[in-house]
Amino acid sequence: MASLIRSWIPLLILQSFLVAIAFGSKEAEEFSEALLLKPLPDRKVLAHFHFENRAPPSNSHGRHHHLFPKAISQLVQKFRVKEMELSFTQGRWNHEHWGGFDPLSSMNAKPVGVELWAVFDVPQSQVDTSWKNLTHALSGLFCASINFLESSTSYAAPTWGFGTNSDKLRYGSLPREAVCTENLTPWLKLLPCRDKDGISALMNRPSVYRGFYHSQRLHLSTVESGQEGLGSGIVLEQTLTVVLQPETTSVETNMQPSWSLSSLFGRKVVGSCVLAKSSNVYLQLEGRLGHESKNVDTEIEAHKLWKNADFDLSLKPDRVLRESSSLLFIFDIDKSSDSEPFDLGLTWKLPSKWSCQQAPLQATRFLMGSGNERGAIAILLKATESQEKLPGRVVTDGRCTIKANIFQIFPWYVKVYYHTLQIFVDQQQKTDCEVLKKINVSPSTDKVSSGMLEMMLELPCEVKSAAISIEYDKGFLHIDEYPPDANQGFDIPSALISFPSHHASLDFQEELSKSPLLSSFKEKSLVRSYTEVLLVPLTTPDFSMPYNVITITCTIFALYFGSLLNVLRRRIGEEERFLKSQAGKKTFGLKQLLSRLTAKIRGRPIEPPSSDSPAAQSSFLSSKLIFKIILVAGAAAAWQYFSTDN
Amino acid sequence: MASEKRDKEEEEVKTDDGSPKIKPRPIVQLGIFLVAHSPVFSVVFSAAGVLALLILPLLAKNTYISENALMPGSARSMLSNRDVSDGSKLVKDIKNYWLNHEGQGVEVQKLIGKYMSDMGAEVYYQKFHPEGNQFHPLHFFSGPDSYTLLDNVSCASYGVNVAGIIRAPRGDGKESIVLVTPYDFINGGDYEALSLGITSTLFSLLARVTWLSKDIIWLVTDSRYGDYRPVAAWLTEYHSPSFKVSDLLKCGELNTADTFRRAGTVAAALVLKVDGRSERFEDTLSIYAEASNGQMPNLDLINVVNYLAVHRQGFYVKVEKVVSLLSSSWLKIIGEIFEAVGKLARTLNPDWNFGIPAADYLEGSATLASSLYSQALGIPTGPHGAFRDYQVDAITLKISPRFPPDSKTRQHDFFLRGARLLEGTIRSVNNLLEKFHQSFFLYLLTSPSKFISVGVYMIAFALLVAPLPMVAASLYIEGCKALTKSTDNPTENLKSWKWLDAAKQVFALHLLGFIVTLLPYFICQVPGQHSPRNRSIMWGTTSSSLLLITFAIIPGCSPFSSRHHGTNWAVLKSVTISAAFIGLCLMSIINFATAEIGALLLVPTCLMAQPIKPALRSRRIKSLLGAFCSMVLLTIGFPVMFFAISKGLFGEAVVGLSLGGEFWTWLESLWAWKSATYLYIGMVHLPCWLLCLCILFHPS
Repeated sequence: MASLIRSWIPLLILQSFLVAIAFGSKEAEEFSEALLLKPLPDRKVLAHFHFENRAPPSNSHGRHHHLFPKAISQLVQKFRVKEMELSFTQGRWNHEHWGGFDPLSSMNAKPVGVELWAVFDVPQSQVDTSWKNLTHALSGLFCASINFLESSTSYAAPTWGFGTNSDKLRYGSLPREAVCTENLTPWLKLLPCRDKDGISALMNRPSVYRGFYHSQRLHLSTVESGQEGLGSGIVLEQTLTVVLQPETTSVETNMQPSWSLSSLFGRKVVGSCVLAKSSNVYLQLEGRLGHESKNVDTEIEAHKLWKNADFDLSLKPDRVLRESSSLLFIFDIDKSSDSEPFDLGLTWKLPSKWSCQQAPLQATRFLMGSGNERGAIAILLKATESQEKLPGRVVTDGRCTIKANIFQIFPWYVKVYYHTLQIFVDQQQKTDCEVLKKINVSPSTDKVSSGMLEMMLELPCEVKSAAISIEYDKGFLHIDEYPPDANQGFDIPSALISFPSHHASLDFQEELSKSPLLSSFKEKSLVRSYTEVLLVPLTTPDFSMPYNVITITCTIFALYFGSLLNVLRRRIGEEERFLKSQAGKKTFGLKQLLSRLTAKIRGRPIEPPSSDSPAAQSSFLSSKLIFKIILVAGAAAAWQYFSTDN
Repeated sequence: MASEKRDKEEEEVKTDDGSPKIKPRPIVQLGIFLVAHSPVFSVVFSAAGVLALLILPLLAKNTYISENALMPGSARSMLSNRDVSDGSKLVKDIKNYWLNHEGQGVEVQKLIGKYMSDMGAEVYYQKFHPEGNQFHPLHFFSGPDSYTLLDNVSCASYGVNVAGIIRAPRGDGKESIVLVTPYDFINGGDYEALSLGITSTLFSLLARVTWLSKDIIWLVTDSRYGDYRPVAAWLTEYHSPSFKVSDLLKCGELNTADTFRRAGTVAAALVLKVDGRSERFEDTLSIYAEASNGQMPNLDLINVVNYLAVHRQGFYVKVEKVVSLLSSSWLKIIGEIFEAVGKLARTLNPDWNFGIPAADYLEGSATLASSLYSQALGIPTGPHGAFRDYQVDAITLKISPRFPPDSKTRQHDFFLRGARLLEGTIRSVNNLLEKFHQSFFLYLLTSPSKFISVGVYMIAFALLVAPLPMVAASLYIEGCKALTKSTDNPTENLKSWKWLDAAKQVFALHLLGFIVTLLPYFICQVPGQHSPRNRSIMWGTTSSSLLLITFAIIPGCSPFSSRHHGTNWAVLKSVTISAAFIGLCLMSIINFATAEIGALLLVPTCLMAQPIKPALRSRRIKSLLGAFCSMVLLTIGFPVMFFAISKGLFGEAVVGLSLGGEFWTWLESLWAWKSATYLYIGMVHLPCWLLCLCILFHPS
């Protein structure tokens, strides 16, 4: 009993403290958590964790945070970040099956690897410095090599092609960055309950990383208070989107697999995070299912919504919301506890099929050509089936058009020839002025900055396909500029295709929607999709042969210095004259040589040649010869002895 | 120590003192020595070159996996019976289809496509035009051509490929591995259906595994139009599509517009064929690796397949060999000699175990000969050749089962083993972070597990061509002396311009060779249908008339011109040999095997060539023998003659006028495949041969 009390006391103190804080300040920091589950048409399940942390505007001096992570607020203050988004992604978003025209996909379908963009609130001249410092800070914070974005060859400053119009925006991405738990752990540390309690407790690492798509995003924006003396508030939005394949035992291929939270994640939710203002679980069912039910007035019909012939929910939803094409079940997890954990399950009874709404044009990008010299990059835009149904067509001069923005960064070693830009619409080559409304090009500088291409296409509504191709030359890198595993090739980061006249939003006509997740869905977001990362094989030197390099270099050095010394030291004319004079003297060369030798050995000046007997000379020669032969034979014997020994 | 010091001092004294005579430097001395004794050295070097070539099978090293990341066979196979039953079902369905239907339309393609999409792959169909390799003189080495869609495409004949892509679940889609199975959609084929079964078994597994990091493309090509063309058409569409409208898309009921899908840079490709029954007790796996112009895939790819096939799946692995060499007695004798030498060496020192049994030597040299021949021909030995044009490592695996195609009981086991082999290979390639670069690209195979690297086989070639510069120098000196003696005019004694007349002649004949090389293109443009024989006759007559014109126009070129206008034959031979040397060295960079075989022919011919008239006049046995040898060599060296002889060696005797037709067809295939051998024959071999002929009939 005593122990129970002892364990309760700190909790009570904490509780009272929190309550005091909550009532003490006028506008408190808020934290909310939510989980959206959504079955996908290709028998997978999407789980979208959404955490929002709001810090209200307050005095910029002596700021103290209760819930809001201090690291982030310091980051914002230090680098004066106005808006920033950082995403870590593994796997590819399947636009065809998982949708491309809802807020979820347009915000969470991210390119492979790390993507970072930030808008700064500093004078124009300091933006680059702030960006560089920010990358280093984030790199330390998230255990990732974001600091590689510091180099001016890896980031760009999009003007309008990115969707956010600002001249203080910087954008960079690292396609090769591997994403793993070491990136997730620091991200979770920003949450007040970490992954100990609440919805985030579901994040069982093996099941989260087993998924087909994994994107961890951090978005922060500052909210100006408008009041004098008050700083700006910060909204920190952290989302984790995973696409999982439920384990299924059924052999029927057209039957959707049934799942529950515990089967997906291997864990259950036991209560919400006590610090969260709201913690909800949403289940979104798309397509045909939404249309069926018109009225949810009566209790029976509401019951029918979640227990019907098609599917069965294991828990009764607290509320049901409707949108034009989808149903949203809302569950409050406050009621769950250790004894009664929240384990939502969905059991399908009948095979069902639906399709997700796709972006007006589906983009693919690929490399053309072969060889190590040149190539071309092509972007192919294909009309999707849902294109005609979509709103957002612009009628100008009696022509119905779709606008598409293409934003693309080229690393400097891909030397793009912008004049070779070719645009084909429905297999007809078009001149630039016909379809190209706006274009902004900043060419790359070798080893200094990357190239950037922004263009706005205006395509006719009935377009079936459009292709854009641009040629490039492959550059040569300096030997120390090659990354590890250089033979893999070099990455060209994803291009971003956005549709400025199309906006995705989900409005559940819920006046009560205090939930940050739903309100973020309600906001109109730009429809955008990222293309594939490309791999360009460049010429690589043979790194595995340093020996050869050393040998060749040494040979060249030896040849160079040898001949140079020869040229410097030798005097051909002098030599010839000397030789002639020698020939005039007609002395016995050998004799003189011997006398010189003896003179040197004795250390005396050269004696005039004496008449040595030729016999003695020959005997001396022969003894020398014998000595040499013995030396060589000894060396050979020694070598043989040691070589056989081995 | 003391003695060393003394030696040093002695040296110093020597250099200080200097000898009374101006001595040239040692390297120059060595050069002069070599040039002075060039006949001896040329014989020694050439003989050593041939010997080095014969000794190559002894020097072959065992292959090893160079890239550690490949780790072949380290993972347990995940293939289950469910996958095999998927494969068997597809084969059964296809067979049933053939029982009930006539081969028309694209029903089989659709059937395969349905299987692919049921497994969870993205499926698409590609139409292609069977017309392919058109000879164009300027397209040599220009790489795979893009935008070569013909304007007037007829719908009468077109092929349809099926391809399915499995996306790696967690991959980034930057790289892909291609599996190709050729299948004749019109006539079917029981063995070919088995290859579909193996790949479908594998595909069913790959669709559900989680370890994939590269996307997998399964391409079923329409082998009605050959094995190569459909793959080449698919690769062209993959790498350099034309965005313009194509008439081909409208053909047939199948709409293939805008459905072509891609999956990143191709890392490696495997072509699988099941063909014929194995003659051995085990299932046989033949590996074909040679691509155009003697390019080979990375040796690691062959190693992985060989390792898995031999040590894991128990296939009998073989590579092509020249069968007729296996029964040749002279090679057997050489093999026995080498064996005896090897044994002797081992008795002297147990560490010297380079000797191999004569039977192994025979096998090795037969394989080596085939390897050299296929590389020298420059024509790919299978559909994998199309991938090499895009720097993709690819090989063709041809499996011959030991059971008849309708045996149901054995089929299960066969599918399991075939698919496991492919699974292991794909898993190894999938492990690779970088593209293949660790192991050799330049090698010759003497067996599936033995290879000769470039450093070893270059020795034979280097020894063969080494006498050429020596002999050229000695002949030049000789010729200069002769000229200085014969002419009294002091202005002509300018030593450095002696070679100019000869060079003119050599250049003229090389130009002629270049024109003759281009001639077939124009002959092909001649309207009307001509048989290959007629075309070869046209070519022959045009070429010889061109030769006569050259002789007539350029003075001093002709062997029949008067003695005073003609150049000295020694200088002419010297320049000819220099030209041959340069040509051979250039060719050895482009295609080593061609240069090696070319050197075997050209080096003796060039070295032996000498005027026949003085030999006849002198009537000495030695000079008569020399003249006879040079005539024989020249006869063999004539390309048509050599073609006939090699045909005879391979067991097909061709005589008479049909030879011309055969030769024409052969050359046509060479240029259609953009083989550099064609250029070599026309621009190096033929001019040098003509020059040797000129020397032979030189009026000196």
